Amino acid sequence: MSFLTLTNIQKSFGPVQVVHGFDMAIEKGEFVSFLGPSGCGKTTVLRMIAGFETPSSGSIVIDGKDQGTLKPNQRNIGMVFQAYALFPNMNVHDNVAFGLKVAGAPKAETDTRVKQMLSLIKLEHLADRFPYQLSGGQQQRVALARALAVKPQVLLLDEPLSALDAKIRVSLREEIRQIQQQLGITTVFVTHDQEEALSISDRIVVMNGGRADQIGTPFEIYNTPATRFVASFVGTLNIIEAKVADPASGAVTIGNQQVSLKEQISGMKGGDNISLALRPEAGSIADSAKGDTALTGEVVSTSFLGSVIRTKLRIGGDVISFDMFNDPGLTPPTFGDNVTLRFAAKDLLVIRE
Amino acid sequence: MKKIWAWGALIFGLLYFTLPLIGMTNFSLKMRRGEYSFDAYAKVFSDPRFQETFTYSIMQALFTIAFGVLLVVPTAYWVRLKLPGLRPYIEFITLLPLVIPAIVIVFGYIRLYNTSSWLPLTGSIAGTNVLLMFGYAILALPYMYRAVDTGLRTIDIATLTEAAQSLGAGWATILGRIILPNVLVAVLSGAFLTFAIVIGEFTMAALLNRPAFGPYMQLLGANRAYEPAALAVIAFGITWGCLGLIQLVSRFQKIAPPKA
Repeated sequence: MSFLTLTNIQKSFGPVQVVHGFDMAIEKGEFVSFLGPSGCGKTTVLRMIAGFETPSSGSIVIDGKDQGTLKPNQRNIGMVFQAYALFPNMNVHDNVAFGLKVAGAPKAETDTRVKQMLSLIKLEHLADRFPYQLSGGQQQRVALARALAVKPQVLLLDEPLSALDAKIRVSLREEIRQIQQQLGITTVFVTHDQEEALSISDRIVVMNGGRADQIGTPFEIYNTPATRFVASFVGTLNIIEAKVADPASGAVTIGNQQVSLKEQISGMKGGDNISLALRPEAGSIADSAKGDTALTGEVVSTSFLGSVIRTKLRIGGDVISFDMFNDPGLTPPTFGDNVTLRFAAKDLLVIRE
Repeated sequence: MKKIWAWGALIFGLLYFTLPLIGMTNFSLKMRRGEYSFDAYAKVFSDPRFQETFTYSIMQALFTIAFGVLLVVPTAYWVRLKLPGLRPYIEFITLLPLVIPAIVIVFGYIRLYNTSSWLPLTGSIAGTNVLLMFGYAILALPYMYRAVDTGLRTIDIATLTEAAQSLGAGWATILGRIILPNVLVAVLSGAFLTFAIVIGEFTMAALLNRPAFGPYMQLLGANRAYEPAALAVIAFGITWGCLGLIQLVSRFQKIAPPKA
């Protein structure tokens, strides 16, 4: 049995239903990210786990115990907020000790645990500082230590990096992942940043309109998106509109060019419209490029982005982008050139709605 | 040219405000013929009724502040947290004491809580003291509520509450250890204003027949010449002292304003 189980969770605010039949099973020690745009219901699900919102129906079970009737302060859950939420009237030590004091832990035990936590986040030297004397990154690390001090069963992170600048965000997310692995704590992380989710999660739940569109490892989510939404939200994906030529052999027509997907297209017949997806990094126009499939198109634009060169090609009615690694010996194509894009047929994904 | 008018207006305003005070203070020091002295002040301070009424009013002020904090802080917190739609109505109610005269309120009290009513508070000294304290709390409500509400606006109470709840804290702990300490300066501002109001209040204390400082000042003013002026200067000193304390605690606040 899974450690944290959400079964058929529904949530409505008045007439508006924001979460529809959400199911999820999270294993002990797993790091799961809820990824999606604003308003997709990811924070609402997190808040229901914490007890700040009550599901309209469905159940939340942690370690075999139904959380339905428990108030937030009765659940053994640690939470880190986007706005840090450190208590302004307490210094770092007292902030971290707060949960332990509330639980009635002896002073010596509290002090030892606070020291452990501050050592974990490498801020022992700032124990006497007040929150306003800390940087954003330091405040969020203290918030993490405070949430972990009470040894919660589940750690919930509600967009904890959103308020930080880019550099701190990257280093702190690595630190969070390292601490999570070190403590082996079950963690749910909410973010709208796909890079964050891809880089630190064991599994990702991509949410759209209150539903989980896809649940999978970062590798699965990125490489085999289940829906058009997942494909467009995670990474940069080219969507190519095509027509099915022969479903049995997997032949499709893009503009006036025919390519084969090398596998049967189920549930479709010849002449049906079909959406295909191709990652920008999947194709190449280099002479040495490998690939069993090729499409010819006209160069619309070329952008130099430092490590990569992004070229846009018009193929049929669509403009698709592809990236090449920068190489001083490379001559980038120019506007109006006709080039052949080579890629593996398996990289051309069929997108279901 | 504009500066001359600005200075002129400022000097006129200052004179308008300070001249009566200077005159009153000057008069209070002239009890001894032909020379300045503190005789009037000495007489006031040595009067046992001054000590009795001043002590009574201070005690009333302290109880009113305690009651006001217990009433206003949880109310303002709860309204901000759970019932934000009710804020305009609550604000309207808290402003009512500014437009309803104290005499109307106290007559209402006397009718409601007289000895033949179901709750005869005026039938005993303790009951009347409690009633007077409630009355003072009502008079101070606009100031106390606004001060606390402004203090609550400067902190993110929703997130702080959720953070405390996720750490196992109940409502009493949240209010006592998180909310109150973070609005303490605002509460103290309200408390000093309450103190100033209670010390100088006349109508309620006089009509409920309690030995407060306000009625004592009135009584002295009706029968003496120099002592009432000395008493008025003392009352001004207390009020200004309270205002100064508000400034002082604001300055020594150790919590920085929250970042946007």
